[in-house]
Amino acid sequence: MPQLLIKGGRVIDPASATDKLADVLIQDGAIAAVGAGLAASGAEIFDAHGLIVTPGFIDMHVHLREPGFEHAETIETGARAAAAGGFTSICCMPNTLPANDNATVTSYIVERARKLAVTHVFPIGAITKNSAGEELSAIGSMKAAGIVAISDDGRPVMNARVMRRAMEFARSFDLPVIDHCEDLNLSAGGDMHEGFESVRLGLRGIPASSEDVMVARDILLAELTGARFHVAHISTRHAVAMVAFAKQRGLPVTCEVTPHHFALTDAGMRPYDSNYKMKPPLRTACDAGALVEGIVAGAVDAIATDHAPHPGSEKMQEFERCPFGIIGLETALGLALEHLVHTGKISLARLVAMFTTGPAGVLHLDRGTLAVGAPADVTIFSADLEWTYDVNQSFSKSRNSPFDGHTFRGGPVATIVDGAVVWRRD
Amino acid sequence: MLGIEELERAEIEAILERAKHFQPVQHEPQKKLDTLRGKMIVNLFFEASTRTRTSFEIAAKRLGADAISIAASGSSVSKGESLVDTLNTLAAMRPNAIVMRHSASGAPHFLARYLAMPIINAGDGTHEHPTQALLDARTILDRRPSLEGLRVAIIGDIAHSRVARSNVYLLSKFGAQIVLCGPASLLPRELAQIAPGVTLTNDIREAILGADVIMMLRVQLERQHEAAFPSSEYFQFYGLTLEHLALAKPDAIVMHPGPINRGRELSSEVADSQSSVILNQVENGVAVRMAVLERVIG
Repeated sequence: MPQLLIKGGRVIDPASATDKLADVLIQDGAIAAVGAGLAASGAEIFDAHGLIVTPGFIDMHVHLREPGFEHAETIETGARAAAAGGFTSICCMPNTLPANDNATVTSYIVERARKLAVTHVFPIGAITKNSAGEELSAIGSMKAAGIVAISDDGRPVMNARVMRRAMEFARSFDLPVIDHCEDLNLSAGGDMHEGFESVRLGLRGIPASSEDVMVARDILLAELTGARFHVAHISTRHAVAMVAFAKQRGLPVTCEVTPHHFALTDAGMRPYDSNYKMKPPLRTACDAGALVEGIVAGAVDAIATDHAPHPGSEKMQEFERCPFGIIGLETALGLALEHLVHTGKISLARLVAMFTTGPAGVLHLDRGTLAVGAPADVTIFSADLEWTYDVNQSFSKSRNSPFDGHTFRGGPVATIVDGAVVWRRD
Repeated sequence: MLGIEELERAEIEAILERAKHFQPVQHEPQKKLDTLRGKMIVNLFFEASTRTRTSFEIAAKRLGADAISIAASGSSVSKGESLVDTLNTLAAMRPNAIVMRHSASGAPHFLARYLAMPIINAGDGTHEHPTQALLDARTILDRRPSLEGLRVAIIGDIAHSRVARSNVYLLSKFGAQIVLCGPASLLPRELAQIAPGVTLTNDIREAILGADVIMMLRVQLERQHEAAFPSSEYFQFYGLTLEHLALAKPDAIVMHPGPINRGRELSSEVADSQSSVILNQVENGVAVRMAVLERVIG
């Protein structure tokens, strides 16, 4: 009966509105007790004085690149990077090769993760076959094999009728539909946010409206179909306003924000550096501010990284030729603390909720809580520890981060999955 | 030398002054100096160019340097080598500078972070073409005492024009009034904030009214991924004709970075008129590039 006793930490568990100094006892991979002065003879002790102890973080949007692109990332390396970022559960997008559009691929991912991943891995299935946007994929059998949502991330469903049918189908299986909202006709050829900076740099623009029109379309379709609709990596002020309005009207509409979209702006990017190239693109300071305000106001449900590994050979090119995306698992908490908590915008408890109950609620996962009997997934972090990110030490196979060399105040200290410490800061 | 935006006014003045000194050299029977003797310049053109490449080559040779030109289509680039590897390979042969043209905006800026060797931007995508703006300024200053207060109309596909951006930065630094003109799809509104002294109009007559300088831009069909404007309407609404010239100052000059499309951006009569200084621009290109090469390598 392996026991682990986490002593003396500040326990923040948004699911039970707990924020107090307490010990957490883990036994047989489950939370056994949370309270003051717990003792357990023979238990391994984790001294958490001065640290914050929370339910394990969930990243509902990562790319693990396996199967098919193992030179960029694998389920094993991606999960290691996740653990080093304080995440105990990650949800992987289906744009692999082959795409995760059937139960065989889902089962492969689940099986590989069980063998090799230090964190839990929950696959997300493709909406359409090969994410081509035409024919619905085998959503029901993928659900049986373990998917927790459907999405054609990176290749959004352009045909509104197909999206309508997907939403109806997903509702039958109680799955949320996650859309990467981008009108591909409006964004075609673009490399960065369309605005003053794109004009100045002579780069082709991706207008904010390419995101806004799809968010609007999908909210209307969610209303039509009654499906749960989730906006991936929301990045514009109008999109946040539309989600807030949908929520106000009681629609089951949710959204996530990535740390880079509130931490960086188009004007702040290093010109022509592909580590600042992603979709959606870095928007204006006004948009980044609206994302933070959306988090404060409760319009935003989760922080997700959109961890998108690409090998150096692909990112080390002319800006317009580089693929979109940056890695983000290891820097997410540090950025969220820096831009949301240390600025006084939100409380630590709210921050923890964005990483735990928020995504768990969107996906209906039985995670994100320290309730007795829950799986012992625990994240321990410091809100003050100074540390500097060295991307060359990353557990990810890829190095495409704009935050290399950045010094953070606060970050993960230890990650516990099913009662076992899978990562601990040196 | 990557762009005009980051150049100081004094640096620009020094280059223009030095170019003036090199102008008479073009008319000497013996045109070769030995300022850069023993130096090697590589012209690396990833995009088709006749006049800029030739101009740089002649400028290098007139300064006594050795120059070789490489068209990317005939090099290892066509074998799939990356841009950084290509440049590192060339740099290993120790030239003194690389003059580079590339279809991707920012390609030389990206390379400059990884290469110690001087890179001269001979045009990057739709971003900048610094030596074109310098030769344009030299050409204007051959006919006007100063750029300050001049009204300069730049007309055409501004969105896709590196010539326009470099000229706007340069003219603005010297206090010119710049009117950018084109159909809205080729004239992003954000351009009004790109530098002091810039205004925008969609009306060619308004742009030309009282102009000292009219710069026509080539319609860059190869940079447009779709029809931003029906080509059949282009000349009718944005082509420069003799009738338009009457709206400008009497001694106004007409410029064009070339190659010109007669009947598309400007009428044949305008191209051949007394107002046209298009060939003077080409001639000044050599003197200006001599000044730039000397400054970067000398």
